[in-house]
Amino acid sequence: MAEKKKKKNALIEHDISEDLALDLMREMLLYRRFEEKAGEAYAIGKIGGFCHLHIGQEAAAAGSIKPLGREDYVTSAYREHTQAIAKGVDPNAVMAELYGRRDGSSGGKGGSMHIFDAECRFMGGHGIVGGQVPLATGIAWKIKYRGEDSISLVFMGDAAVNQGGFHEGLNMAAVWQLPCIYVVENNEYGMGTAFDRVSKTEMSTKSSPHGVPAHVVDGQDVLATYAFFRELTAQVREGAGPQYVDLQTYRFHGHSMSDPVSGTYRSVEEVEQAKDERDPIAILGDTLKGAGVLSQEEFEQMDAEARQIASDAADFADASPLPDADALYKNVWAEINPNGRLFFDGRPEQGGAS
Amino acid sequence: MATKVHMEALSPTMEEGQLVQWLKNEGDTVATGDVLAEVETDKATMELVARGEGILRKIFLGAGGTAEVGAVIGVIAAEDEDISEISGVSGGGAPAVAIVEEEVVSTPDPDPVVEEPTSGNTELASPVSRGGRVKASPLARRLAEQAGVDISQVPGSGPGGRVVKRDIEAAKASGDATPAPPAAPSWTPDEAEYEDVQTSQMRKTIAKRLITSIGPVPTFYLTVDVDMLRVMEARKSMNSMLKAEGAKVSVNDIVLKAVAGALRQHPNCNAQWHDGFIRRFKAVHIGVAVAVEDGLITPVVRHAHLKGISQIGAEVKELAGRAREKKLKPEEYTGATFSVSNLGMFGIHEFTAIINPPEAGILAVGGIEETPVAVDGEVLVRPRMRITMSCDHRVIDGAQGSRFLQTLKGMLEEPTAILL
Amino acid sequence: MAVMTYREALNAALSEEMERDPDVFLMGEEVAEYDGAYKVSKGLLDIFGSQRVVDSPISELGFTGLGVGAAMAGLRPVIEFMTFNFAFLAIDQVINSAAKMHYMSEGQFPMPIVFRGPTGAALQLSAQHSQACETYYSHAPGCKVVTPGTPADAKGLLKAAIRDNDPVAFMEGELLYNFKGEVPDDDDFVIPLGVADLKHEGEDVSIITHGKMIHVALQAAQKLDKDGIQADVLDLRTIRPLDMSAILETVRKTNRIVYLEEGWPYAGTGAQIVTMIQEEAFDHLDAPIIRVTQADIPMPYAKNLEILAKPSADHVVKAVNKVLYR
Repeated sequence: MAEKKKKKNALIEHDISEDLALDLMREMLLYRRFEEKAGEAYAIGKIGGFCHLHIGQEAAAAGSIKPLGREDYVTSAYREHTQAIAKGVDPNAVMAELYGRRDGSSGGKGGSMHIFDAECRFMGGHGIVGGQVPLATGIAWKIKYRGEDSISLVFMGDAAVNQGGFHEGLNMAAVWQLPCIYVVENNEYGMGTAFDRVSKTEMSTKSSPHGVPAHVVDGQDVLATYAFFRELTAQVREGAGPQYVDLQTYRFHGHSMSDPVSGTYRSVEEVEQAKDERDPIAILGDTLKGAGVLSQEEFEQMDAEARQIASDAADFADASPLPDADALYKNVWAEINPNGRLFFDGRPEQGGAS
Repeated sequence: MATKVHMEALSPTMEEGQLVQWLKNEGDTVATGDVLAEVETDKATMELVARGEGILRKIFLGAGGTAEVGAVIGVIAAEDEDISEISGVSGGGAPAVAIVEEEVVSTPDPDPVVEEPTSGNTELASPVSRGGRVKASPLARRLAEQAGVDISQVPGSGPGGRVVKRDIEAAKASGDATPAPPAAPSWTPDEAEYEDVQTSQMRKTIAKRLITSIGPVPTFYLTVDVDMLRVMEARKSMNSMLKAEGAKVSVNDIVLKAVAGALRQHPNCNAQWHDGFIRRFKAVHIGVAVAVEDGLITPVVRHAHLKGISQIGAEVKELAGRAREKKLKPEEYTGATFSVSNLGMFGIHEFTAIINPPEAGILAVGGIEETPVAVDGEVLVRPRMRITMSCDHRVIDGAQGSRFLQTLKGMLEEPTAILL
Repeated sequence: MAVMTYREALNAALSEEMERDPDVFLMGEEVAEYDGAYKVSKGLLDIFGSQRVVDSPISELGFTGLGVGAAMAGLRPVIEFMTFNFAFLAIDQVINSAAKMHYMSEGQFPMPIVFRGPTGAALQLSAQHSQACETYYSHAPGCKVVTPGTPADAKGLLKAAIRDNDPVAFMEGELLYNFKGEVPDDDDFVIPLGVADLKHEGEDVSIITHGKMIHVALQAAQKLDKDGIQADVLDLRTIRPLDMSAILETVRKTNRIVYLEEGWPYAGTGAQIVTMIQEEAFDHLDAPIIRVTQADIPMPYAKNLEILAKPSADHVVKAVNKVLYR
């Protein structure tokens, strides 16, 4: 009984309603099952190229994106499938993009690393480590320039903080007090390199030279993450200026589908222990079950629904046609000038006048 | 919800895998992550793990069986779940390869680089003097061609004697330049005469494997025996009709006409192999092998499908005559879509001929011999002829070649069919 | 028509476009309070304020990326590089972000952004500050490249570049800022991208060039005139889009071509133009095309060596004589 009270207290402590907590559970289950489905599709050759799964980091996505509004912007790196879904992008469109199909969010031209949805203000999927940090800073610049009250939130992996663009972006955001939240999804490894091997200082110190306030958050606890971002976004909206978050999480899979889960850089035991102790779905599940908010049966029902959405997304993607061959030359340019040539490959499809 | 067990890409380059053994049996309970089977990839033996939990309800692919990546090889589902709609690949015991049709999606190459058949390549066609090619600017060549000036006779004033525009203009003004002989282009088919068919992934692979095995033109041979009784009769009656004109048709002329007719029905065999595509011709241009003093040449009967037997006969005779005198022009012995070689007159019973690339087929026609054969349960002596077809396997498969020969045989055994 | 300097023409174009569209802003090092390192943005801070004329930190990668992000979100940034030599620090954002964004998002994010600043050698600035950079940008599909050589072209083309919905690398000539010329007064004077300009007419040979080099080509044309050789001098004005019809027209007219550019020869703009001429007008050539470029070396400091390294009118005259077989 005391235990149940304590679990209930977690909801009360974070001021999170039972319904919201259940929604967060549904979200995280969807992300997990979606990524598992993507992994499976990759294994049977339906998805090509690089494919970085987010499994283990579901709370980081749900807890930080769900407090945002539709008018807020999210920009990310290349482990972004579930972040896009969290921001409102249709899972079918995300999966179809992974499959390289016409109904993908980028018409099959971007792939796993380049999910975009202008309507949902999901600003991509960027493939160069740290390259998205100045972009998100520019989006925040536009918000300030136009006097809007939205927020630009950007995710990066822990390795990005060693890039010049990260520091240049934070510095400018601080100088101009831009409404930008810089979130490091700190899963401890930049590909196969432990962060402490490539940085003499702690993750939480990286923004202080620029005068950007830093926050450390347990990114496996979705209730804590959600409550934190709900508060932080409100502050930024009110003019608190740029913020930096060390969102501590852990990746259960390899860096990409073609990388090992463990090996020379981290042990099997370490990964297994993290799965046992730091699985965000299990953590929230324990809390909700303990508080009597969610039965095992209801959990399984939710999980089955998540699996169905993921499975439907895969079926949708599989049924979606490949892009038309004539899409090849489309959208290289936003404006085909009436004069002069723009394509130089000598192919008949060229669009520029000659 | 049922989980399909797929043949997975267990190595980056794996395209198909062989199932070494199942480590779970049908009916076993499995959890996500359990090792289901061992699979031999192109590199090593790897473990295939379960991606769902439940009971391994169905195994489609037995030990030893091979399947492409993505093929369904088993099903995991709840005990009472209906899985009757899930189908998979069979195999096992014997390595059977199931080609999953939907996997063979080939996006059309955005730019099928069709080599323009070069007509009148000025470089090659230019008359040669001063012991080699004429040095001239591209502009000078074009102007010379337009003005009908033989560029080899024009002194060049550019570096190293290069003929340039001003030299052609001077030659034109002086009027003493000899007119250039017309260029001798090789045969260029009209675009309406053929259709280029994109080579599919499967076709490409077949082509690649075959040439590794047997050489640049992977050839196989098909032989049929043809009863020539009706052809002999037809020939006799035709020749009596032609007597007044002093003309005659040979058995071979009738064979050529029948080949043309059969090829029209089997464009698969009236085709050429090109890198990246197969060119299937609608028109039939038959190369006829003619022995000449120091070798062999194959003058071409153009549009054989549009010509009558006597016209074909007359053309073959005329072309063969000039071939022996070595007076054929290049366009008269290039551009065939199929060839026929006949050694019957040498008493050859049966032989194989070598394909003349890029054509994909050639017929080797033997002599007509009186042979005892069983007809309706009776042994009769009939004039029989053997035809052996050499096929480029990249273009023609066994069944396609056989169907063509069937048609041809039918036409020769019932020559009125040639007229259809 | 008013006579103004190249610098004033650029300034007028910026001012007029900022007036016309509130989404246009200028960001770069020293563009605001200092009036621009080359005074191109002189006075704009006073007119438009510090929100639209913005001094950035020396963070080329950062403020270029900021511009790209702002363009994604709907603004029309003009990003000034003090010189394009410094833009190498930012080329990831130009090529990987700006040039590809519209394509990899299947048209969801147009990229109306201008990257502008001087390129090419000035005087004795040595290796790191003396190089022509246009080829780096014209190499990438998705990026337009403009190289004005006169005040009128500077004004008309900058206005077109700012109004264009694709990223434009707008590459000025450092030695041209004080160059004077006539500029139409019309404040809607826009020169469409992709239209070359025949700056001198002749029958015997074509000198094709772009940017600052048009002045070297015109000098050469005058010298040739004295020898009785009449040259076409074709100023491409924009490298991408490229006015191929103007190129083919002059090739068909003179049959003899010299390509002049300030940059290095290897895979330079001239290499591209030569390739296309031989592909599309082979039968109109009466001689091989010759390129005149910078010497294939980093730029030296010493005055005499620098002069030797740069393409000059004498180099052009020599090349013309060669293609004329004289």
